[in-house]
Parts: sequence; structure tokens; C-alpha cells
Amino acid sequence: MADLKCTIAGIESINPFWLASAPPTDKYINVVRAFEAGWGGVVWKTLGEDPPVVNVSSRYGAHKTGNRDIIGINNIELISDRPLETNLAEIRQIRKEWPDRIIIGSMMAVIEEKVWKDLAVKIAASGVHGIELNLGCPHGMCERGMGSAIGQVPEMVEKVTRWVKEVVDVPVFTKLTPNITNILWSAEAAQAGGADAVSLINTVNSIVSVDLDQMAPNPVVDGKGSHGGYCGLAVKPIALNMVAEISRNDETRDLEISAIGGIETWRDAAEFIALGAEGLQVCTAAMIYGFRIVDDMIAGLSGWMDEKGYKSISESCGMAVPNTVDWNALNMNFDTKAFIDPESCIECGRCHIACEDTAHQAIEFAVAEDGSRSFTVVDEECVGCNLCFHVCPVPDCIEMRPVENDKPYVTWPEHPLNAMKAAE
Amino acid sequence: MSLKPCNAVNGVSLPKEAIDSNFSDLHDPLSALQAKGEADRCLYCYDAPCIQACPTSIDIPTFIHQIRTGNIEGSAKTILSANIMGGTCARACPTEVLCEQACVLNASEEQPVEIGALQRTAVDHLMAAHGPHPFKRAAETGKRIAVVGAGPAGLSCAHRAAMLGHNVTIYEAKAKPGGLNEYGLAAYKMVDDFAQKEVAFLLGIGGIEIKYHQRLRCAQGAPQGDAQEDTVSLDELRDTFDVVYIGVGLGSTNALQLEGEDKDGILDAVDFIEDLRQASEKSSIVVGDDVIVIGAGNTAIDAAVQAKRLGANTVTLVYRRGEENMSATDWEVNLARTNGVNIRLWSAPTAIKGNGRVEAMSFESMTVSDGKLIGSGKSFDLPADMVLKAIGQKLDASMLDGFEMSGGKITVGDNFETSIAGVFAGGDCIKSGDDLTVQAVEDGKQAAHAIDAYLAAK
Ligand SMILES: Cc1cc2nc3c(=O)[nH]c(=O)nc-3n(C[C@H](O)[C@H](O)[C@H](O)COP(=O)(O)OP(=O)(O)OC[C@H]3O[C@@H](n4cnc5c(N)ncnc54)[C@H](O)[C@@H]3O)c2cc1C
Ligand SMILES: Cc1cc2nc3c(=O)[nH]c(=O)nc-3n(C[C@H](O)[C@H](O)[C@H](O)COP(=O)(O)O)c2cc1C
Ligand code: SF4
Ligand code: SF4
Ligand code: SF4
Repeated sequence: MADLKCTIAGIESINPFWLASAPPTDKYINVVRAFEAGWGGVVWKTLGEDPPVVNVSSRYGAHKTGNRDIIGINNIELISDRPLETNLAEIRQIRKEWPDRIIIGSMMAVIEEKVWKDLAVKIAASGVHGIELNLGCPHGMCERGMGSAIGQVPEMVEKVTRWVKEVVDVPVFTKLTPNITNILWSAEAAQAGGADAVSLINTVNSIVSVDLDQMAPNPVVDGKGSHGGYCGLAVKPIALNMVAEISRNDETRDLEISAIGGIETWRDAAEFIALGAEGLQVCTAAMIYGFRIVDDMIAGLSGWMDEKGYKSISESCGMAVPNTVDWNALNMNFDTKAFIDPESCIECGRCHIACEDTAHQAIEFAVAEDGSRSFTVVDEECVGCNLCFHVCPVPDCIEMRPVENDKPYVTWPEHPLNAMKAAE
Repeated sequence: MSLKPCNAVNGVSLPKEAIDSNFSDLHDPLSALQAKGEADRCLYCYDAPCIQACPTSIDIPTFIHQIRTGNIEGSAKTILSANIMGGTCARACPTEVLCEQACVLNASEEQPVEIGALQRTAVDHLMAAHGPHPFKRAAETGKRIAVVGAGPAGLSCAHRAAMLGHNVTIYEAKAKPGGLNEYGLAAYKMVDDFAQKEVAFLLGIGGIEIKYHQRLRCAQGAPQGDAQEDTVSLDELRDTFDVVYIGVGLGSTNALQLEGEDKDGILDAVDFIEDLRQASEKSSIVVGDDVIVIGAGNTAIDAAVQAKRLGANTVTLVYRRGEENMSATDWEVNLARTNGVNIRLWSAPTAIKGNGRVEAMSFESMTVSDGKLIGSGKSFDLPADMVLKAIGQKLDASMLDGFEMSGGKITVGDNFETSIAGVFAGGDCIKSGDDLTVQAVEDGKQAAHAIDAYLAAK
């Protein structure tokens, strides 16, 4: 069986599955239950200076599909609302009880050197394996000059990373916010400040839905709502891209990544690892299903690695990075066409109407005399956009078949129709 | 969808509570959660096959999509705009041979979307809200239409004609409206007086008056019928109204043509069901210990199942051909079997035995030779103290002199007009599709549009 041990920022973990800093890692009982369930580590719920913050009641909103599945939640919770020493005592206790599991202490503070340094030293003294700097919280805390208020300014990202690095011996993870225009600016800043790794993403600023009776955004707190942090399955594509950007950028490619954002299954985990993540963090999936979901994350990931012949996480790490390129590096001569298998087609017509109304009128619809319906791709019209392939409800019924055209690999900059190229 | 079991104790008459439970809803309506889950299965097909398989062409993907988006009232309007009796059809349609048979999920999951159950969810929601009638009438045209028969064909025509701005007067022979919705459909399909509730809802459109105890009679015929009944002739109606529409259904049944058919205990299945439907206490209906049902259609099935649910000791449905020849659907045949009805195939009745009251029936075993059904010469007897005849209904043509008829039904053209100018017809009394509620509703709707065009051209 493949080895799921992983090393990130020099910290060795029995598996790459850590719980992200959030309610699942809020206190002793949760973390012990998580370790019993098999999680390799936790990033403790973000700690701040005393006195602790006070939370409101009514804290989460949810974004659901028609099938009632939650695809994302948003929250307006703040950082840990318990005294610092209570948290640190619990961390010390669990470190004793669970010597093989990782605990990272997460922290945030206002932009004052002494405050950052004092807090970091106190947390490090509790025996944590590392410290994560929460520069991401996009609601509440940012109104007090913390969280994303810091994470959105690269100079400040660099500064706080450096302050903490100066006073602690343990590795430092700088946790990045996705609520910026270019993730590379903050990643480079963290690197310049000396971060041992970056963790990303924190939550995406959002209004998850509007309560049309109360006429207020959800979650509604006594008739009013606020924007909150969006996370879960729906943010995975955003996180994947940001992780890939850091992995394939010349300046940041050596930065280690603890990937976060919508990891719900072993497949999600494998995708982040393929894009260069050394470690993983999960929050929403655990909040929705409980800690037991780690079972299949572990079993599925090692099964996949066995099947593909990867012996360790580090072997599969970054395998998709070389194939993640700018649009300008794609082959303009590649041609793929939809093919409908009449045997498995159930005649729902979804492909036809999608292509007919919104794409390229490339799927012909005919009704035979016996009333049976047939859907056929017109090769000349099909541009290979994949729309029908995605809307078809029957797995493997529509196949996208590459056309063998013996044409060379030609990118847009080299393409004859490119006006810039012609001007050369 | 699970069926409620039949309480039956062989040889002991059933207590009232067991009978009441036997005549509660055959399947409970879907809960909101079940409806949501079922609606989520629908693929929202384009030019969906299920629409084509619905005789009234309800836009099924749209109404299911509306359940999914939480627009249940809009969903009901989508249904009712194509089929004003969507509530009864949701309960009574043999969906297994209509919309659900055409559902594409049969191919991928061998389990169609439960279209009928979802339709009931939506329509019941709208009807239970008792809001204003969902459709508006067009400006009054001043035209007057006489509709004969307040069954699905007549009521559907009346509703659509009223919506198009015409004024409608319905002449109904019986004391209540609804036709076989009220008197014929199985009791466990139409619980809680649904037929009457639906008619009241339908009349909410306005512009429709129903006259009860009004029987259409033949032109020359002397007024017949019972004491409280008035009669009216076609000529009288044609004199008073711009158009007449006939929706009288099939008033009569076929006979076994055996000696002794008038013995006590031998009944038409439709009469047995009508008495059952009208009884406020189902346990007041007397059922035999050993019941024989002759026939193979849904009336035979309904009669057999209801006899069993009333507590009959044995119920044997006897049919002269094989199961594949039965006009009842597989689902209906299974319903009979799971209710404990014995099915004897390839057996034709030859004699009725008994002294004043039926005591047994004789049957001859049948076989097919050269494509022809012939007796095998072997015979057997079955004991019976009740025999329910369900070998087909036919049009009572006595009132229909002057009409061109074909195959025992009124001949109509594409626009539902009969051979008599300005007289239209629809429902079981014409040959359109199968004799089903949903087909009668469609006939009435289409006839109303044809009448509207006829009046506009006049
Ligand atoms: C026992 C039984 C069970 C059935 N079960 C089902 C089922 O489960 N699902 C299904 O889809 N279909 C079922 N059907 C068929 C369905 O009931 C009919 O197809 C449908 O009711 C036909 O509608 P209609 O309006 O044409 O006729 P009817 O429903 O028969 O209505 C005709 C109306 O006209 C009135 N009338 C008759 N003669 C005159 C006259 N001379 N003057 C004035 N009024 C008159 C009658 O009193 C009646 O109200 C069943 C039929 C029977 C007999
Ligand atoms: C209710 C809630 C509270 C959170 N609190 C914190 C926090 O205190 N510190 C932090 O760094 N991130 C916090 N997060 C963000 C998560 O750690 C994580 O970055 C984010 O949810 C994306 O991962 P996911 O898609 O697996 O949930 C919180 C998330 C949720 C849902
Ligand atoms: S790939 Fe796009 S263009 Fe081609 S048939 Fe499918 S939807 Fe139409
Ligand atoms: S979407 Fe798929 S199943 Fe539906 S008609 Fe097209 S090919 Fe057939
Ligand atoms: S055929 Fe089935 S899946 Fe398609 S629209 Fe109709 S009910 Fe829905």
C-alpha cells in the first residue's frame, strides 16, 4: 500500500489530512475526536489576544444544489471566543496524549509588532509543531484591522511573517486570502518574509443567499445580515487555480503549499497534490459529514496511488504542474469532436437543446416512424466545446474523440491567423 | 411507491375499522421531501417523450422543474392549463402505460419518474389553498353552449368553453356531477370526496350552470326515467343553444347471455362499484363470501379488488383468454394478485347454477386453435354467492337517434362535430383514444376549441 506519510515545512505527518483552523479544531473534545477518527493533524482555531472575541448567534448560510446537497457554506464567525490560556492548556494536554499527531497554532492580531511577537511566543511555548498566520478572515476581523485587512496588502503580509519568524523556532505557515486580484503578490510577500510554507485558501468573501421574506442576506441576525466567508466544494476551483499559480510561477515554485478549499474526497486531495500541494487541510467537508469522512480520503488516496504506481505523496506531488500552462501555450491544431453512443443514449434531448440553443447547432434530432428519437453529431459543425458531454446525464454516453489530423503543435503566438504574428 | 396492504381474514367478515382502512388512499400522497427527491430525478428532457405519451400533453418537465424550484402553485397551473382534471388523472391514470412508460429513466434506471404522484402533489397543493380560480375567462361572447353529461368529457369541455368566454349549461341525468369520477373509479383512488371537490374547483371559473336530473331523450320518445327526472330532447337543446356537446359516456353494459342471468347475486360490476362509491359507510355494502368476477379490463380488476377489500372470502377473476390478452395493465393485474384475488385464465362461463340465488357457475376450459378461441370440452364449477359482470360497457344508443354511429359509438370528424350540424361530442361515447378519464378530458378540451372556432366562423 502506498505510503501516505508527508512532510511539509519540515514537519512529518502520518497522512496529509489536517483539519483547517475552524470550529472542528476549536477545543479539546473536537480535536481528540478528530485524532481518534484518523486525521493526521489540526490547525487549531485561530487565537487572538485576550479578552476573547464575542460571536453573534446565527452564523452560517448554505448554498445548496437542487438535490439538497450543500455545495458551499458561508460563515460570519470570528476567531476563538475562549480565553487564550484555556486554548493553550488544551493544546499542551493533547500534545502529550497524541504525540504522533500534528498541531499547528493559528493566530491573528492587529498590525503591531509587539502584539504579534508576544502572541506567537506564547503559542509556540505550548508545544505546537508550527504556527499559521491567519491573514484571510474576510468578515468581522478585517473591520478591526486584522485577517484579510492584512492579507490584502503584500507589504503587511511580508512584515507579519517576518515578525513571527524572528521570535519562534517552529515553522511558520502564512495563510493567504483569495480576496485579492493576484495570489502571486501575497505568495511572494510571504516568501520574502521567510514563510516556511503558505496555506491557501481562506474563505471567499460572499453573500450566500438572500432571505426574501426578511429581505436580508443569510445568515440573518435579527433582521440584518453581513457578507461572510464562503468555503466548501464550490470554492475548490478557485483554490486549485491559486495553488497552481504558485506552483508554476518561477519565483514561488519552491514555496511549500498546504492546500485548502473544498477538499471533500480523496479525488479532490489527489488533484491538489498533483498541482503541487505538500499537505492538505479540510474544514467544510468535516463540518457537513463529521470526522469519519477521512476514512475514505485515506483509503481512496492510497488506492489511487497504488493503481497509478505512486509510492509516496512526494512522488505524485506536482505531476500536473508542467501541463498547467498559459492559454498561449495550447495547441491550436488540436481538434476533438463529440460522439454519441446510440446504445447508451436514453433520448433525453439535453445535448441537442444545449447545442442548438447555446452552442453550434451541431446535434441533429430526428424522430423515427416508431417514435424513437435519435441524436447525432454533425462533425462539420461541432467545434469540440464539450458542452453536450457535460450535460448528458448518462456516464460515458457522449465521448469527446480527438481527431487525428497529423497537424503540428502550433500555439497562438505562432498561428498564421494571429495579427501580431503577421505583423512580425 | 408502496401500496397499503389489504386487511383480509379468510372466512370471517371484516370489522368496520379494517374495511375503512382498506378504502383509505391506495398510496399516501408524497411528503414534501419525497416530492422534492422524486422531482430531482427528472432530467428536464427536451421535447420530452413523457409529454407525448400524456393524452392531454401536460408539459411534464416544466411542472416537475417548478416543483423543484419551489414554485408549486405555478407547477399546478402548468398541469391544469393542459388538463383541468389533473387531480383525478394523477390518481386514476394508468401511468404505467402512459407518461411513465415513456420516461427516459426506464432506459437508464428501469424506474421512471413518478409523474402521477408528483402531479398529485402539485394539484393538491393548489386545491388545498382554496385561492382564487387560477384561470380567467375571456370577454363574454354571448354564445350559449349546452353540454349533455357532467362527466370528465362534459366538464372539461364546459371549463374550456367558459374560459374562452362562452356560457355553458350542463344537463346531467344524475343527482351529482363528475360522471365515473364520482360513480366509477375505485373508491381507494378517490378518497375524501375528491370528485366533488374537483368539480367545485373547476366551476370556480364561472359561466357554467349545471342542471341535475335532466336526461337527454330521443326526439320522439316519451319522457322516461324516474319521478324526479326531467327530460330534454336534442331539438329542444338545438333551439335554445348555439351549440350542443354530447358527453354522455357509456351508459350500458354487455350481458353474459346465459340462462339465469337475472338470479339474485348477479350484478353488473359498475353497479356494484357505484353503490360502493356512494355508500358513506363502506362496511354497509354487502359482499358475497365467494365472489366471481367475469372480465379482464380495469373494471373487472377494480371490482375484484374492492370485493376483496370488503372482506369477501374468495374472489376469483375469470377470463376466457390468457393474461397477455387482458386489457388491464400489468400493474393492475399485480394489484389484484397482491390483494389476494385468484385469477383463472382460459375459462369461459357456460352456466349459472342456483335456485333463485346464484350458488355456482360452470366454466369451460378454452384453448386457441388456428388463432381461434375454442372450447376444450373440459368443464368445471366454481361456487359463488355473488357474480360481478365486467365484460365491457357499451353506449346506450336509445337517446341518440339521428346520429351517424360507427363501431357502436358516435361518429365525429376531426373537429369533434357529429353528423348533426352544430352538435359536437367527446369522451367515452366517441372513438378517440382509450376509454380513460384523461382521454375524455382531452376530448372535451379539444372540442371546446373546435366549438370556439365553429362559433367564430358562424
Ligand atoms: C368501473 C370503472 C373504472 C374505471 N377506472 C378508470 C381508471 O382507473 N382510470 C381511468 O383513466 N379511467 C377509468 N375508467 C374509465 C373512465 O371512467 C371513463 O373513460 C371516463 O369517465 C369517461 O368520461 P365521459 O365524460 O366520457 O363519461 P362518464 O364519466 O361516463 O360521464 C358521462 C356523464 O353523462 C351523464 N349522462 C349519461 N347519459 C345521459 C343522458 N342521456 N342525459 C344526461 N346525462 C347523461 C352520466 O350520468 C355521466 O355523469 C373506468 C371506468 C369504469 C366503468
Ligand atoms: C465556520 C468557519 C470558521 C472559520 N474560522 C477560521 C479561523 O478562525 N481561522 C482561519 O484561518 N480560517 C478559518 N476558516 C477558514 C477555513 O480554515 C478554510 O480555510 C476554509 O473554510 C476553506 O476550506 P474548506 O473549503 O475545506 O472549508 C473558517 C471557516 C469556517 C467555515
Ligand atoms: S462539443 Fe459543443 S459544439 Fe460539439 S456537439 Fe457538443 S455542444 Fe455542440
Ligand atoms: S444528452 Fe446523452 S442521453 Fe440525452 S439525448 Fe443526448 S446523448 Fe442521449
Ligand atoms: S421523460 Fe422522464 S426524465 Fe424526461 S422529462 Fe419526462 S419525466 Fe422527466
